[in-house]
Amino acid sequence: MSVKVQHLVKNYDAQRAVDDVSFEAHKGEVLGFLGPNGAGKTTTMKIITGYLPQNGGTVEVCGYDIAEKAMQARACVGYLPEHNPLYKDMYVREYLFFTAGLHGISKPRKRVEEMIERTGLQSHRQKQIGELSKGYRQRVGLAQAMLHDPQVLILDEPTSGLDPNQIVEIRQLIKDLGREKTVILSTHILGEVEAVCDRAIIINKGKLVANASIEDLKQQFSGQSLVTVGFTDAIDVSKLESIPDVQQVKALGKNRWQIAAPTHRDIREELFALAVASRYTLIELHKETFSVEDIFQQLTK
Amino acid sequence: MRAIFFKEINSFFSSLIGYMVVGVFLLLMGLLLWVFPDYSILDGNYANLDTLFSVAPVVFMFLIPAVTMRTFAEEKQSGTIELLVTRPITDWQIVGGKFLACLVLVIIALLPTAVYYITVYQLGDPVGNLDSGGIMGSYIGLLFLAGAFVAIGVFASSLTNNQIVAFVLATFLCYFVYLAFDLLSRLPVFVGKSDDLIQSFGIAYHYTSISRGVLDTRDVVYFISLILVFLAATVLSLGRRKW
Repeated sequence: MSVKVQHLVKNYDAQRAVDDVSFEAHKGEVLGFLGPNGAGKTTTMKIITGYLPQNGGTVEVCGYDIAEKAMQARACVGYLPEHNPLYKDMYVREYLFFTAGLHGISKPRKRVEEMIERTGLQSHRQKQIGELSKGYRQRVGLAQAMLHDPQVLILDEPTSGLDPNQIVEIRQLIKDLGREKTVILSTHILGEVEAVCDRAIIINKGKLVANASIEDLKQQFSGQSLVTVGFTDAIDVSKLESIPDVQQVKALGKNRWQIAAPTHRDIREELFALAVASRYTLIELHKETFSVEDIFQQLTK
Repeated sequence: MRAIFFKEINSFFSSLIGYMVVGVFLLLMGLLLWVFPDYSILDGNYANLDTLFSVAPVVFMFLIPAVTMRTFAEEKQSGTIELLVTRPITDWQIVGGKFLACLVLVIIALLPTAVYYITVYQLGDPVGNLDSGGIMGSYIGLLFLAGAFVAIGVFASSLTNNQIVAFVLATFLCYFVYLAFDLLSRLPVFVGKSDDLIQSFGIAYHYTSISRGVLDTRDVVYFISLILVFLAATVLSLGRRKW
């Protein structure tokens, strides 16, 4: 068990930022932390890294309680905070050596070079951090988080502000990391969760509203699937309604219909058979599954 | 602590700050000791370094806050403090590393003034006719004073994320702890009753005491506790996010 959060509570004055949140993250998994802005994602991450204390509940990292065994817990966490704060007047290598020193790495040279290579910073190693573009700064942020080879990586919005190519590269890096480590990343880009994460946690107004694999989420929250069907000429609606398990038939426009059925039932075959039997000309037939966007909106409304 | 210490020292000398502090201090001291007629040793006709030890605290009062103002204020401003305090090191190590780095920078600025000692030693008639013990004591006093000012400056920096606020606050606190108790003790209400006690809260009282060349444990204990109090306050202030 790499990260274990139990009944976490955090209050900012009178406001409850995190309200009874419990979840676990395991080795070899990328956990997506989803939620609207101000939902409590960053606060939860700050508590896991030991920056903020919680008002209730416990957090264990690699088996160490973050309050009681703070040093051991911190040693196995790599952290990329929101907005990726860096010392702009330091050089890339200098900064990484400094980070290595803070973690007490005995032979830092090899490790620093390894991280520079892994994050693709080779041509920028002699530059000042302030001179780097946003994408390269993000790589420096990731390099410092991974430098001491931590079991757990906490990445707060790792791809915000990057261009599409950089996003793809950083995502690939995170995916690779996720194979051997525990990665918790927060984002409000839903596509990112689908692209990188194995499992997603959705929090809204400090409360946990979902915790499941992406596939399960889609199934669980869709309930029914929708099939859109279109014909060249007018048809008899009652024939569509007579297909077993059809829950609802809705007219979408000229000879187009949307048919709702339970997710586990695929009615497309029967629609096709019906069209053939009734000599209708079928020009459109596709099934819509619920996207993460729909689930997100449903849960955080 | 070592990593933080070397990082701070590096940042002093990879930017202008380090050279500025050392340069300005030595230039000002050089002018006062050898050029400006009213203070100059050459005009004073006595082989001593009294000017150095009476002016240095005032210069430190402005120079040391300029060194320490960025220690925490900048980290808070840029957000790097969040990464720093979540590393597997204690808050005491962070504060200690930064304190020592600033103190070492001040010592580096102070070291070349040994040349003044050698010069005055040679100028004495007969050669070497000066109070070496008193000068040794004054240097030790100046070191303690610098340590206290650095601790105050680091503390002021930890209170805010604005470097200018940190500078002004540190200068005021340094002035207050250095001189204000001395001046307050002269208020009519205290004279003859508790004026000595109030004086002894200030740095000036202990600084002049050490400068005489007598290293009294009371003065040493005073300076060390003053430094520790402000460092502890800095650690508390760093932990403020946890309240």
